[in-house]
Amino acid sequence: MSAPRHSASLAVGAAISAVFVVAALGSLAWTPYDVATFDIAHRLRGPSAGHWFGADHFGRDTLSMILVGARNALAVSLVAVLLGAGVGVPAGLLAAARRGWIDELVMRSNDVVFAFPSLILAILLTAVLGPGAINAVIAIGVFNIPVFARLTRGSALSLWTRDYVLAARTAGKGTARISFEHILPGLFSILIVQATLQFSLGIIAEAGLSYVGLGVQPPAASWGKMLADAQTLIGVAPLQAIFPGLAIVVTVLGLNLLGDGLRDRLDPRLDEER
Amino acid sequence: MALLEIENLRVTIGATPILNGLSLSLEPGQVLGVVGESGSGKSMTALSILGLSPQGAQTTGAIRFDDQDLTRLSETELCGVRGARIGMVFQEPMTALNPVMTIGDQVAEVVRLHQGGSRAKALEIARQALERVGLPAERFPLGRYPHELSGGQRQRVAIAIAIVLSPRLIIADEPTTALDVTTQAQILELLRRLVREDGAALILVSHDLAVVAGLADHVAVMKDGRIVETGETSALFSELKHPYTRALAADATRVPVRRGHPASSAQPVLEAENVVRDYPGPRRFLRATIPFRAVSEVSLAIRPGEIVGLVGESGCGKSTLLRTLLALETPQGGQVRLSGQPFSPASPRALRRHIQVVFQDPHGSFDPRWTVERLVAEPLHLLNDRPSPADRRRKVEAALAKVGLPAQAADRHPHQFSGGQRQRIAIARALIVEPSVIALDEAVSALDVTVRAEVLDLLAGLSDELGLAYLFVSHDMGVVRGLTDRVLVMKAGRIIEEGPTAEVFANPQHPYTAQLIAATPDLDRALAARG
Repeated sequence: MSAPRHSASLAVGAAISAVFVVAALGSLAWTPYDVATFDIAHRLRGPSAGHWFGADHFGRDTLSMILVGARNALAVSLVAVLLGAGVGVPAGLLAAARRGWIDELVMRSNDVVFAFPSLILAILLTAVLGPGAINAVIAIGVFNIPVFARLTRGSALSLWTRDYVLAARTAGKGTARISFEHILPGLFSILIVQATLQFSLGIIAEAGLSYVGLGVQPPAASWGKMLADAQTLIGVAPLQAIFPGLAIVVTVLGLNLLGDGLRDRLDPRLDEER
Repeated sequence: MALLEIENLRVTIGATPILNGLSLSLEPGQVLGVVGESGSGKSMTALSILGLSPQGAQTTGAIRFDDQDLTRLSETELCGVRGARIGMVFQEPMTALNPVMTIGDQVAEVVRLHQGGSRAKALEIARQALERVGLPAERFPLGRYPHELSGGQRQRVAIAIAIVLSPRLIIADEPTTALDVTTQAQILELLRRLVREDGAALILVSHDLAVVAGLADHVAVMKDGRIVETGETSALFSELKHPYTRALAADATRVPVRRGHPASSAQPVLEAENVVRDYPGPRRFLRATIPFRAVSEVSLAIRPGEIVGLVGESGCGKSTLLRTLLALETPQGGQVRLSGQPFSPASPRALRRHIQVVFQDPHGSFDPRWTVERLVAEPLHLLNDRPSPADRRRKVEAALAKVGLPAQAADRHPHQFSGGQRQRIAIARALIVEPSVIALDEAVSALDVTVRAEVLDLLAGLSDELGLAYLFVSHDMGVVRGLTDRVLVMKAGRIIEEGPTAEVFANPQHPYTAQLIAATPDLDRALAARG
């Protein structure tokens, strides 16, 4: 096994993700400046001792906005993942346990959701329901449901063929009980990996929605909105676009590394050996 | 001049020694049988010769093949040896072939890899190789895919790949372990013929002494990564110098001791009456599916304390019948009765306690996350009044004691136990609700001979002590012969013969039964045949 590379990606991914979470939670308690206050005198300033990352076209501190943006990205993607897993995992378990028409219903509903380009439909949803964090969560979360439902069903189906499940059935246990006692715990590792990856996709989706103005609304800061604002000024103050862009790239990279590292660590095929 | 000479071969993975100074030599055209229990290093020896030992393995010593030290060759040079000068046949015919390549291309690939040339030419050579392994052109065109073939036919393709370039050495690692007895006999016969025709040497790795005794000129007995005894086959088995070889031979043929054979007039604990089990056939567009009849009007009765064997090859419906008898599936016709009461998936939980089951795979039968206590206690779910935690613990410990495991075993996880111990845990799990009949589904098939003999002794003792009846499902005629009172032979969903075990084995009525018995490898018979 090439263990060193795996643990390196896990360590780097975990470190970046930890910085992201600490920044997001820390911004609740303290940011260098209030992001709702304009300071026109300092507008479009470059990085300085007072403003590490400079200030935007309203003179708001970029570092503070990135911290607050991290909080919003975290909140939106986390709730979206919980929504997707909360609906998708039980649906997948049910489909695998009951088979038959329930299975068909669940899987065909998934196909319908999968048939639409997710970001476009998310834009449509928020355009209809109105922009805002809550609607962004719903729009992103809906597309997480089939991902979790399919993964859960597929993996659960293979667990249902195990002898220990047969043993549980000869012990008189029903499908619901077996699903929760034997199947779900067996899926934890792959679900955690998938949740991490969906989380990073959620951050991109949130940035995309707020970029087109349908995500978190001002005065709350969002990485996507910051990019959109900086776009017109890219010739004057390029750093204003670079910092939120970097925040997105580094965070998503970190979460993906964490997901891959976890996948190697928690690979279900190695499960039996441990 | 030896074709292959291994000298003081040591392989370690991490700090664990796998091979401890193994030496052997093989003459051209000789068949060497390598026997030993799992973990003795048999397969590692085979893989090391080909330079295929797993990543991270440290190898020292010399492997001289045709005066060339294989351990000193680069990976590229080894690739020229593998397939061309040394052919390899693996155990699992399901995974040894590429599912998305036709059998013709898979054999031809080896030819083109080593000799180049056109695809048409390679396919022609492949055709000849497939003919030689008994896959004639009219029934097995080159365009067939592996999934269209049976296990035995796939193993023939794997053998064709190994022999297509007429290698001087063929290594076969448990080539028949995954196959049914009649198929096994055919594949062994095929290997014997090919080796004789080509004058190739063969290393046959197997856990089955009878298989090795039937085919090998020389035998090497392995234990803990070294060869403990080696010699000419007849001489080795007639002398049995080394105590380990003697123990292996004794365990392979041991018959568990049983005390009483119960009176056959008692009310049966488990009965089936004209049970029919159909599966829906493949879905067809706008037309009714044609169901597949897996079990066809099977009737049987098992009386208290009786051990009944159910034998048959894979696909004969044994497993489906078993699941129906366990009321995990509803039959389309007929009825199953447990302790005199109708037994179906809808039966009350309390009735189910009268029948329990032990599966084949000691690794797959347990949820790897649960402790042994929780696992063994799982069937207590069937009791109407569940025991308190302290009571539960006592019951688990009592069940573990019955199968010869210490009480502390309850706190550990299944992966901390060996295969034989896990099978004991599975038996403990079955015993905890005091059933009257236990279904044993190939329960000792995955175990080494010594461990198998111990588990069989345990089962025989438990049956005597507790008056337990068993339905012993197995493909291993030798084990069935030793343990059971009565035997049922199943073929294509029907019971084609049944009777007291001794009578059926001595005087089989159905030709299929006779065929099964004749195909079963038997150490004494194999040795007698070589004279």
